[in-house]
Formats: sequence, structure tokens, C-alpha cells
Amino acid sequence: MSKRTDSNLYTMLFAIGMVLVVGTILAFLASSLKPTIDENKRIEKQQNILYAMGVNENDESSAIFVSKDKVGEEFFKYITEQLVLVVENGKVVQQQNREEYMAENNNQEPYLIDVKKQQTAAKEGKKRKLPLFVGEKDGKTFYIAPIRGKGLWDAVWGYVGMDANMVVQGAYFDHKGETAGLGANIKLRFFMDDFIGEHLKKEGDFKGITISKSNNDPKNIDKTDNEVDAIAGATITGDGVSAMIKSELRKYVSFFNTLKTN
Amino acid sequence: MGLLSKKDAALITDPFADNNPITIQVLGICSALAITAELKASIVMAISVLFVLGVGNVVISLMRNIIPSKIRIIVQLIVVATLVIIVDQVLKAFAYELSKTLGAFIGLIITNCIIMGRFEAFALANGPWRSFLDGIGNAVGYGVILIIVAFFRELLGSGTLLGFPVLGDPIEKTGLYSTGYENNGFMLLAPMALIVVGIIIWIQRSRNEALIEEN
Repeated sequence: MSKRTDSNLYTMLFAIGMVLVVGTILAFLASSLKPTIDENKRIEKQQNILYAMGVNENDESSAIFVSKDKVGEEFFKYITEQLVLVVENGKVVQQQNREEYMAENNNQEPYLIDVKKQQTAAKEGKKRKLPLFVGEKDGKTFYIAPIRGKGLWDAVWGYVGMDANMVVQGAYFDHKGETAGLGANIKLRFFMDDFIGEHLKKEGDFKGITISKSNNDPKNIDKTDNEVDAIAGATITGDGVSAMIKSELRKYVSFFNTLKTN
Repeated sequence: MGLLSKKDAALITDPFADNNPITIQVLGICSALAITAELKASIVMAISVLFVLGVGNVVISLMRNIIPSKIRIIVQLIVVATLVIIVDQVLKAFAYELSKTLGAFIGLIITNCIIMGRFEAFALANGPWRSFLDGIGNAVGYGVILIIVAFFRELLGSGTLLGFPVLGDPIEKTGLYSTGYENNGFMLLAPMALIVVGIIIWIQRSRNEALIEEN
């Protein structure tokens, strides 16, 4: 006995109807929640940048950001300037400050620059805008740069806070989908804290920081070896972090070199 | 008779032991291997699956008489995917921190064979209330195994539970580590999850007479 629901016509109509209903629900949901989601992302960026210059509410073991309702105020208190370096063919061709950038880009703040889009633009041979945030805390100046690269499964990114000599003052890493308990641990304190004090340069030349498995310094006492200890079982994620530090921060070297002469 | 009839109660309790989705039906193994390196991730995954399977079973059960049989698998897939996207978007908007922690797992739920398995095997043939109980029962049965596996993997692999060091500091050599004990990094890799699941199946089969097969 064939049922009503077995006919081809019914099947087609059901499929079309279902697609319409589900599509409408999801489209409505996505567009109505988008402003809230974007706002959350904006707040997170501010929290990340402040974290990399040591403005956070860390307790003994876990990484805790400045709270949501305070972050907007704190951000403009500590971040005194947001520079944008315009890079073409690997060379900085222009340097803009926050006002100049915002005047040109519909009042968009430089910290909202989408690093991923800029990386794609550079690949296509276009100009790339590199944001660099200048922070002041306790009389010290911090330079915070966003970085982005590939982990094992998906994107990894972060913010690295440096002093004028490119010595790391703070780092924040995050990831989209690294393995829980392994690669995902790059956003834990024990890993991020290892970077504090590490030199990115070796005898004046840029060398980066390698996440090393053959590190002879697991307690990370030697800060000038350009190495931090790797996470066991997370080789590819670690390599991804090393690679993004090397390739992304290298782009800022010429800027840091101009700082020294001043 | 209380809230549940005996038959209904069995829907909840069966998947817990005699008909456990992971150890007996061997469903949902992929996620059991992937995310059990950490206890926290496993608990989160268990709760997420509980929600999706409970609601999904009810939705499929309500639609069971109008779903064309030729495309029922696709319809099931769409229902799971829709539920998962709704959960993902709502969390991103109203519990951003939590959604960061869940991150990849939410997407993984779509591929969890327990969900499709229960839709196909149960919800298509039963009413919404019984389907709901079946969904909850299976999700709990799945979650329990996940949490047991993760407990041993995190403890033996990283020396922590829920991120708290319980065996001392491996670098400073305090606590258990001062005796020469070392974390077993192998526990953090997926093959060991399979071995732990295997041990659980072994223990369960040797103790439960209903499961002992005649040769």
C-alpha cells in the first residue's frame, strides 16, 4: 500500500516547503542577532589588545579579561595611539595615525581592521594596512601588534605586546578550532606567560620566537634564546604560532628600527 | 504510578547501561575520541548533545507522519543543522564567553551519529513524549561515557581535572611528581580514547550477564 507521502510530487513540495521555512527562520535569526554578535566581537578585540599589554584581571592561574562594562573606558585610557602602517610589496610606504586613518575610513577605528582581509589583500598584490596600537602604562610604552596564521584545524591569531626593542611584554593567543586539551591550550596562561620577556630579535636582527620541542630550557629562564617550550601533542598548532609570529611581526621591524634613532 | 510508566522509564534507563549508545551500539565514537582529552570539553559536549537530541527527537517525532520517506535522512540532517545553528547564534549573541569555549563542538554535534541514529531508529516511529525521553536517555548514556573517558585521559595525560592540577606540578616536581611519576602524553592522543572505551566495554560486558554472548 503506498502512502500519500511517497508520491514524487509530495516529496518535492515538502522539500521546497522545508527549505523555505528553515531558510526564513535562520535568515531572520542571523540578521536580528548580527548587531549583538558584532558588538561582542568588538569588545573582545579591545579586551585582547589590553590583555597583551598586561591590562587584565588575571588571578593566580587563569587568564581573565578586563570586564565588559569597563573595557571601553580602559581601552582609551591605556591605548594612547593607534597607528596604521600601509605596506606595499613588503615595504612601509605610509604611516597613519588614528585621526588620519579614521578620516579616510568612515570613522572606523584602526583596531577594527580585519587582519584576515588585509592578509588576503596583500596576497593579491594590493596594499596592506598593518595596525599597531601604542599603549602607556606605569610610564612604560607598549606596542601591540595583531597576528594571524594557521593552526592544525583552522585559524589561530593573537596580539603581541612589545617594548621599543621588540622584547615581548605580553601575549594573547586564540584559535578557532584547535584540539581541546592540546592545541587549544595556546590560550592558557602557562603557555602565553612563557612569552613575557622573550626577545624577538637576536643580536639586532629579527628572529621571531620558536615554539620548540627540543627546548633545553623548559622553565624558560633564558629569555634571549628566541624559544619557548612547546605543548606536548600540539606540534602543528605550535608550529603555526611560531610561523605567524615570524611572518607577521617581521613586517613591523622597520617601524621599530625608526624608534631607536629617535 | 508516578510521572513515568515502567516502559517510559526504561527509555531513560536503558541507554544508561544495557543499551548504551557508545559501548553497546557503538555510535558517537568519533566525538568520544576527539574531545575527551579534557573533562571540561566533554561535559560541555554532553550538555549540548542533551539539548539537541532532546529537542531534535521531539521535532522529528512531531513531523514523523508528514516526512516523505525518500528524503527522510536529509530532513533529519536539516533539523539537526538548524537546531545547531540556532544554538550557536544565540550563544554568540547572549553568552559570548561560553560560545568561545564551545566553539568547534557545536558544529561537531551535527556529525554525531547518535543523533541521526535516534531520529531514524526511534523518533520516526514514536510519539513526541517517548521520543523526548529516548533522546534524554541516550544523551545521558553518551555523556556519562564521555565524562568517564575524559576523567582518565585528563588525569593521566595532563595530571589535571577540569584544569586544576591535582597531582602536583610536573615542572617543579612537587606532589606525586617528586616520586618520579610522569604524565603519560600518550593519553592525550586519540588512540588512547579508543582503548579506554574498549576497557569500559570489557568491564561492562563481563559484569552484565545480558550482554554475554554464547559462542
